[in-house]
Amino acid sequence: MEEYKQPAKNAIETDRLVKTFGAVRAVDSLTLHVRAGEIYGLVGPDGAGKTTAMRLLCGALAPTSGRISIAGFEVPRQVEQARAQIGYLPQRFSLYEELTVLENLRFFAEVRSLSGADWLPRSLEILEFVGLAEFSHRRAGQLSGGMKQKLGLAAALVHRPRVLLLDEPTTGVDPATRQSFWQLIIRLISEGQLSVLVSTPYMDEAGRCSRVGFMQSGALVVEGPPNRLQELLAGRILEVIGQPLMLLRDAVRADPDVEDAQMFGDRLHLRTREGTRDAVRDRIWETAVEKRIAVERVRPVHAGLEDVFISLLEAKP
Amino acid sequence: MIPVVRTDALTKRFGDFTAVDGISFEIPAGEVVGFLGPNGSGKTTTIRMLLGLLQPTSGVAEVLGFDIRRNPEQIRERVGYVSQKFALYSDLTVEENLQFYAGVYGVGDRGRIREMLDLVGLDPFRRAPVGGLSTGWRQRLALATAIVHNPKLFFLDEPTSGVDPTARRAFWDLIYRLVERGTTALVTTHYMDEAEYCSRVGVISDGRLLALDTPAALKRDALPGRAWDVYAEPLLPALAALGAFPGIIRVGLSGGHLRAIAPAGMPEADLAGCLERQGIAVRLVEPAEPTLEDVFLSLTAQKSPAP
Repeated sequence: MEEYKQPAKNAIETDRLVKTFGAVRAVDSLTLHVRAGEIYGLVGPDGAGKTTAMRLLCGALAPTSGRISIAGFEVPRQVEQARAQIGYLPQRFSLYEELTVLENLRFFAEVRSLSGADWLPRSLEILEFVGLAEFSHRRAGQLSGGMKQKLGLAAALVHRPRVLLLDEPTTGVDPATRQSFWQLIIRLISEGQLSVLVSTPYMDEAGRCSRVGFMQSGALVVEGPPNRLQELLAGRILEVIGQPLMLLRDAVRADPDVEDAQMFGDRLHLRTREGTRDAVRDRIWETAVEKRIAVERVRPVHAGLEDVFISLLEAKP
Repeated sequence: MIPVVRTDALTKRFGDFTAVDGISFEIPAGEVVGFLGPNGSGKTTTIRMLLGLLQPTSGVAEVLGFDIRRNPEQIRERVGYVSQKFALYSDLTVEENLQFYAGVYGVGDRGRIREMLDLVGLDPFRRAPVGGLSTGWRQRLALATAIVHNPKLFFLDEPTSGVDPTARRAFWDLIYRLVERGTTALVTTHYMDEAEYCSRVGVISDGRLLALDTPAALKRDALPGRAWDVYAEPLLPALAALGAFPGIIRVGLSGGHLRAIAPAGMPEADLAGCLERQGIAVRLVEPAEPTLEDVFLSLTAQKSPAP
C-alpha cells in the first residue's frame, strides 16, 4: 500500500469532528491540527471532550460526523494503518501484573504485530530509554506507581508510532517521576519524527508544550504557543502581597476594574479590565491606607496559563 | 499562642529504613501548610504520626497541645482527615454520607449537616447518590465529611488530584473560608500548581524537611543558584553539554528550550561559552523567574547521598 505512505503535513488532522452520545455533543465540530514534531497540549474543564477526542483519534469510538486523519491515514476507513502509527496511553491503562516488565512489552509488541525477531531488541531499547532496563524481569505488579507509568509509556511506544496520545499521563504521579516523564517526552520529540497530543489539568505541564489548545464544550476555543496565549492578558495582571490577605482580597474585589482576584498561599493574583492596571494599582495603595491593611508589594506580573484558562472559561456562557 | 502543630526531631524508622528523619517544624493557627515531596519521602508517615495512628521512634510532636504518644485519642477527636481515596459510600446520597460521618464523630446536631451542605455548595444535590458526582464534587463532599465535627485542624492528602484549574480554585476557596474561621490545614501534594495555594510549603525528600517557607520566599531564597532559560540548537547535545558543565546545579528540558539552575555567581557568558565550544548554536540565554518546581528539583538533587 505504498500510496498511503506519503508523509502528511500534519501528524493529526481533524475536520469538524462530531461525536454525540444521545443528546450530548461530547465533541462538537472539533478542527485540530497537530504538526509533525510538536507537543500539542489539550487543556479545558472536565467534561470538555478531551478524552472522547482521544478515543476518536485512535479509532476506539466511531465519529458521528467529520473527518480524522492520522499520519495521512483516514480514520475509520484506514483504521488499521492509522493504529500502526499511534501509541495511546489512556488515563487508566492496564498492565499484566503477573507478567514481568519484559513479558508485558512482548505482549504489546505482539498485539502491535512486531516481528518475532524485532520485539526483543526493540523492547530492550525502549526499556533502556524509559529507565527500566534493570527491572526487565520484575513483575509489573511489584513496580512503584512511577515505574508503572514508565512501563505504560514503553508499551505505547514499542511499535515505533509516529503519533503519541497521552490522556492526563501524570495524574497521581509524584513530582520527581512527573519531571522525568516529561524529560522523556521532550527527548522523543527532539530526537525524531514523533508528534504528541497530551491532555493535562496542570498548567505548568501545558507550559511545556509547543502549542496549547483550550477545549470547551467539545471544540477548540483558542490555541497557540504558551507565550502567545499568555499575551492575551498582557498588561492586565497584578500581584499583591500584604496582610491580612483575606481582608485585602475582599477589598480589591470591590474594585469594579478587578475582573478576578484569586488568593494563593502568600499573595493575590488580580486580573484587571483592559487598560486599568495602573489605576487599579494606585487604588490598592489608597485602599490599604484607608482600611489599615499592610500592603507590602503591588507589582505587574506576566499572565500565567491559568489566568488565561480562567478568563476563557468566564468569557463563554 | 500555642502552635497547632509542633514537632521536634520527629523520627520514624521501620527496621533499617528511616521514613521520617528528625523533622522539626511549627504551624501556628490559621495557616495552610503544604508538604511537597515524592512518593516514599515521608509525607504520609509524618501525617499518620501527627494523627496519632503511628508511634514515632524518637522525637516529640504535639498537636493542638496534646502529645501524640500520650493523647492520641484527644487528637483524633479534634482533627479532620481527607484521604486521597476518600471513603465515601457511592450508593448512599450526599446527605446520608454526611449523616454517617456525623454519627461516627458523635455529632448530634442536625443543623450541622445542613451547614456543611451549604458550605460546600452541595445542598442542591443532597439527595443525589454519591456515585453519580464528578470528582470535583466528591472532593468537596469528602472535605465536608472530614470537618462535620468542626475540627481545629484538618489534614488533606492530595486534595485536588486530577481536577481542572477551575475546580481546584473552587476547592481552595473553600479551604480559605475554613481558615478564615480559624481552622488550620496541613496538605500533602504532588503538584506545584497546588502548592502555590499554601501559605507555606515544606519540601520533603528522603524523610527530611529540606525547606519550609512561603512560595515567594522559597523561590527567592531556597534556590541554590539562579534560574536561566537557554535557547540553543540542537537541543539534546546542549542538554548533555550543560549537564556536564562543572558547577551547574541542574538542567532539564522545558518544551523547546532548556531550564538551567547555575550558581549565583556564574555569568551568562559561561553558559553560552560552554555550548559554543562544542559547536552548539546559542540563540538566547536569559534569566528566568524561578518556579516551585525549580526549587523542588534543585533541593532534592542537591541533598547529600544517604549514608
